[in-house]
Amino acid sequence: MPSEAPSGAPSGARAVPEPLEARHVLEFPGGYTRTTGPVIGRFLTELRDRRIVGVRTAGARVLVPPLEYDPATGEAVTGEYVEVGPAGTVQSWAWVNTPRAGHPLDRPFAWATIKLDGADTSLVHAVDAGGPKAMRPGLRVRPRWRAEPSGHITDIECFVPEVTVMAAPVRAEYRVRPGRALTRFLEGVRDGVFVGGRCARCDQVYVPYRISCPACGSVIEEEREVADTGTVETFAINNLPDPRAPEVPFVSAYILLDGADIPMLGLVGGVPAHEVRQGMRVRAVWVPPEERTMSMTNIRWFAPTGEPDADLPGGAAGGGA
Amino acid sequence: MREVAIVAFAQTVHTGHDTGLTEAEMLHPVIDEVQRATGLTRFGFTCSGSCDYLAGAPFSFVSALDALGAWPPISESHVEMDAAFALYEAWVRLQHGDIDSALVYGFGKSSMSDLREIMTLQLDPYYLAPLGLDQVSYAALQAAALGGDRADHRGALDEIVRRSRADGRANPHALDLPDPSGTDDEVAPLRPYDIAPITDGAAAVVLAAGDLARELAATPAYIRGIAHRIEPHYLGMRDLARSPSAADAARAAGVGKGPVDVAELHVQFSHEELILREALELPEDTVINPSGGPLAANPVMATGLIRIGEAARRILDGGARRAVAHASSGPCLQHNLVTVLESALESVPESAPETQEGADRG
Repeated sequence: MPSEAPSGAPSGARAVPEPLEARHVLEFPGGYTRTTGPVIGRFLTELRDRRIVGVRTAGARVLVPPLEYDPATGEAVTGEYVEVGPAGTVQSWAWVNTPRAGHPLDRPFAWATIKLDGADTSLVHAVDAGGPKAMRPGLRVRPRWRAEPSGHITDIECFVPEVTVMAAPVRAEYRVRPGRALTRFLEGVRDGVFVGGRCARCDQVYVPYRISCPACGSVIEEEREVADTGTVETFAINNLPDPRAPEVPFVSAYILLDGADIPMLGLVGGVPAHEVRQGMRVRAVWVPPEERTMSMTNIRWFAPTGEPDADLPGGAAGGGA
Repeated sequence: MREVAIVAFAQTVHTGHDTGLTEAEMLHPVIDEVQRATGLTRFGFTCSGSCDYLAGAPFSFVSALDALGAWPPISESHVEMDAAFALYEAWVRLQHGDIDSALVYGFGKSSMSDLREIMTLQLDPYYLAPLGLDQVSYAALQAAALGGDRADHRGALDEIVRRSRADGRANPHALDLPDPSGTDDEVAPLRPYDIAPITDGAAAVVLAAGDLARELAATPAYIRGIAHRIEPHYLGMRDLARSPSAADAARAAGVGKGPVDVAELHVQFSHEELILREALELPEDTVINPSGGPLAANPVMATGLIRIGEAARRILDGGARRAVAHASSGPCLQHNLVTVLESALESVPESAPETQEGADRG
């Protein structure tokens, strides 16, 4: 019977038949039976007992897996078998992102040539390493054995990296108090002002407030309120999320508040990250008074004022006596 | 050594898909073409290269004999290898001296199954095949041993693929493949474009000895050296970054005895070109794979023979005086055959085909 004309075929045209195609499978059900011979047989027998052996050549090299003849000379190998490994070192590797049905693992893995300890040649096998970043020449690996070995190269399911890192749990809880100077500063923040301290000896205004001058060590006796406007001295664009930041990317900046001599760290918002620049004029954006607490979260961020950019003294950031 | 030359070469317009022809139907036109080119319908010897696993049919190479007319019985042989190795057998057969002509052909339809897993079946059945180590995976192990994902290595591979595909687009027998693009890996460090494309196709060559060669072609492509060498099969026994067997075969074939205008290399993965250039010690000015090479068309089992045919074609055309062809078999360039072809044999004594003569010609 002619097949049905595909839709859209010109009327009167002969239908284009689907090409004739048949599925054909070539298979030896249960696998093709092969004799192993004494050398390969010894290797597979040892493998069934979860041991890996090589065979020694007349030149005293250890071939793993064992061959019947020394590939370098063609001479028959000696009858001496040597246990090697089970650990070994990756020589080179290739990464499979999409395993095939016939591959030893059903998740991404590496093929590798592995020189087992005590061997002079390399074994080809799979390495279950998680990701390609874990692979490198020189990586130490060990076999992961099948639950019920049967005398087959796949008795080794794959190799896995040796243990080189572990997670060490650390956790302690603390009760932290801010200290006298920071408490005073946070009282100001609660009230919508930035409180600084002026060192009379250095003539420097520090924000946040401190009780002693970090430059000369003098006691700071003068509180001084500074403006909530300032200038971006330098900044960084952060692409990793942070619970204290509104979104990613976010900008953290050193902001020299007007009236202060030392910049203070703060977020810059209300402007695309790539538009932030040194010298940009900004103003603190406060949360409404009824939401304020003794916390820096009172300041959502600093937003551009729209004023012309300011010149930075000396072209460089930083206060300094 | 008896002088033997390539006097005719034909290949299909290779396709990246199954056109619906049987192997014999695909092969017939190229046999017909070399028969017409030489006027010969009977040959002293016939030898083919193919792989039954490609079609999944035992003795499928016997069916291909339908394409040449094998009655009354002909003297015929077959290798389960690339047909380049069938050409070697035919060359040896011609050395016997009792016949003067040989037909060599190869064919393959790698579109019919999964070539990458078919190639697993050529691995040793004890240690490698049971792992399911596929063709791209073992090639990637070799690429990793050579240079991994180093930026300079990647740049060199990209340039090899770009050049091969551009040359392939200019070759009516090769596939039309775009410039390489994309950064995804197939099996790292190999990307999809580093891998020769799945291709169906066939090729045929006629060899002739002595006077017959001069009768059949104006400028026969004389085989001045031909040799093959092999390395251990098991990958872990070899330094995969080098090909000592290709180097030995090149020395035995006399590659270095003269300038090399053109080299056609059996490069099924881009990194193999780097290994082979070094092994064959090819001069800087040698044009590599002007046909596009296997990266532009890879009709498996004919690809190596096509390298010899393409190199010979340059000499038959008069475009080259001395050309080198390389063919490979087995995983990771395990087994390598190198052929040196030259034109204008007149000045060379018959008894000493491998001389320094080539070095004196431009």
